[in-house]
Amino acid sequence: MIADTLSGGFADAPTKSARAFRAILEAMARPGTIHTVTAAQPPAPLSVAAGVVLLTLCDGTTPLHLAGTADRAEVRDWVAFHTGAPLVAPEEAAFALGRWEALAPVSCFRIGQPDYPDRSATLIVEMDRLTNHGPALTGPGIETATWLNLPETAAFRANRALFPLGFDTIFTCGDRIAALPRSTRVEAV
Amino acid sequence: MTISRETQAYNFAYLDEQTKRMIRRAILKGLAVPGYQVPFASREMPMPYGWGTGGVQVTAACLMPEDRLKVIDQGADDTTNAVSIRKFFARTAGVATTERTGEATVIQTRHRIPETPLTKGQILVYQVPIPEPLRFLEPRETETRKMHELEEYGLMHVKLYEDIARHGQIATSYAYPVKVEGRYVMDPSPIPKFDNPKLGQSPAIQLFGAGREQRIFALPPFTDVVSLDFDDYPFAATKAPHDCDLCGARQSYLDEVITDDRGGRMFVCSDTDFCAGRQAEGKVGRLGVGQAEGAK
Repeated sequence: MIADTLSGGFADAPTKSARAFRAILEAMARPGTIHTVTAAQPPAPLSVAAGVVLLTLCDGTTPLHLAGTADRAEVRDWVAFHTGAPLVAPEEAAFALGRWEALAPVSCFRIGQPDYPDRSATLIVEMDRLTNHGPALTGPGIETATWLNLPETAAFRANRALFPLGFDTIFTCGDRIAALPRSTRVEAV
Repeated sequence: MTISRETQAYNFAYLDEQTKRMIRRAILKGLAVPGYQVPFASREMPMPYGWGTGGVQVTAACLMPEDRLKVIDQGADDTTNAVSIRKFFARTAGVATTERTGEATVIQTRHRIPETPLTKGQILVYQVPIPEPLRFLEPRETETRKMHELEEYGLMHVKLYEDIARHGQIATSYAYPVKVEGRYVMDPSPIPKFDNPKLGQSPAIQLFGAGREQRIFALPPFTDVVSLDFDDYPFAATKAPHDCDLCGARQSYLDEVITDDRGGRMFVCSDTDFCAGRQAEGKVGRLGVGQAEGAK
């Protein structure tokens, strides 16, 4: 048990996190594109990609909310040892991790302030699959249009309507990630 | 690459991991809200403010070992600032460096966008002295922040109007303000306005770092960027009305070089890689040296 908690982090943090961040950067800059990340082994039920995002972006200064099945002792211990992120309620979270159903209602997450829209939550949403089939996405970072299998569209359309406020989303599935910043327009389905 | 004992004393890309995480989070928020200036806890860097401390921190947060870094200062690869930053990362991150725009994956720039079109997979990092486009119109941060919040950009148009009233045209020739995705007015750093059309719909990711002012902002690829103007005084990307005297390029941005104290001068491409590339292809300007002569 202890061994599981202590293992699974980046073997060589500076270079592994640099490569992981580049994938996250490309995903956030080009919404809907799917990228592969490696090098983290978080405890179940977290995906490799969710573990990589936590290790790359979270630390003691980023309050984290674990939702649903992600909120279990093994995960809490692993997060505490590898990132030191304080675990908090949804309203206070800078990052939130869980399946989409567990994160609902997403309206409780921070969307930033009108003068500081950057003070908003980033949701890490665990998905069963990640494919470029689904509602059409347009906006900054997308040349014409792209597609992604979003868990729903209404919440993301409501989020876009708040722009420049709103939360940003990183989707994780196995060792793959995609992102949907608040700036992306989602087609109504 | 062999790592000498001296360089092992540095973390990869100089900054510590917690600092890089903080900068990386700011970059992601900047990409999510294009044109908005995200505050970040800028660190002391081993170079003075004004020498690109913001750009260096953004570059350090983005670099990975496989990257090939190019650094330019007003278009030139061989000036002090460019050479020292390139050496800094070659030493602390062990990354390959290049002077060719097409070969670079990360390009840190001071006040120019390369003439060679950027491509997908490239990141352009700007060094920014004053990130706030409204700063010289309204010195109080509390007020400019409120103006961005309320989208109150009338003052900027008044400034451009006053240019026209005094000079008969919009005289602002660098750090020309742009509006991003119809929302935030952004200072594109002191690039000549000749470069403004390259800001929008670029396939590359553009990141801006202001170290002293502690701000990071970003333009994702394929973002709408519009230079502010008036219907009757439309924006025009201007350059010196000459051809490059070395390579003969007609469409590149030019530096004026004084050659003597009797009024002699020449115009050369500000982008040294672009100019050298054209000369290598045998293109010669008014004062250029042909390939045959240059080869001896």
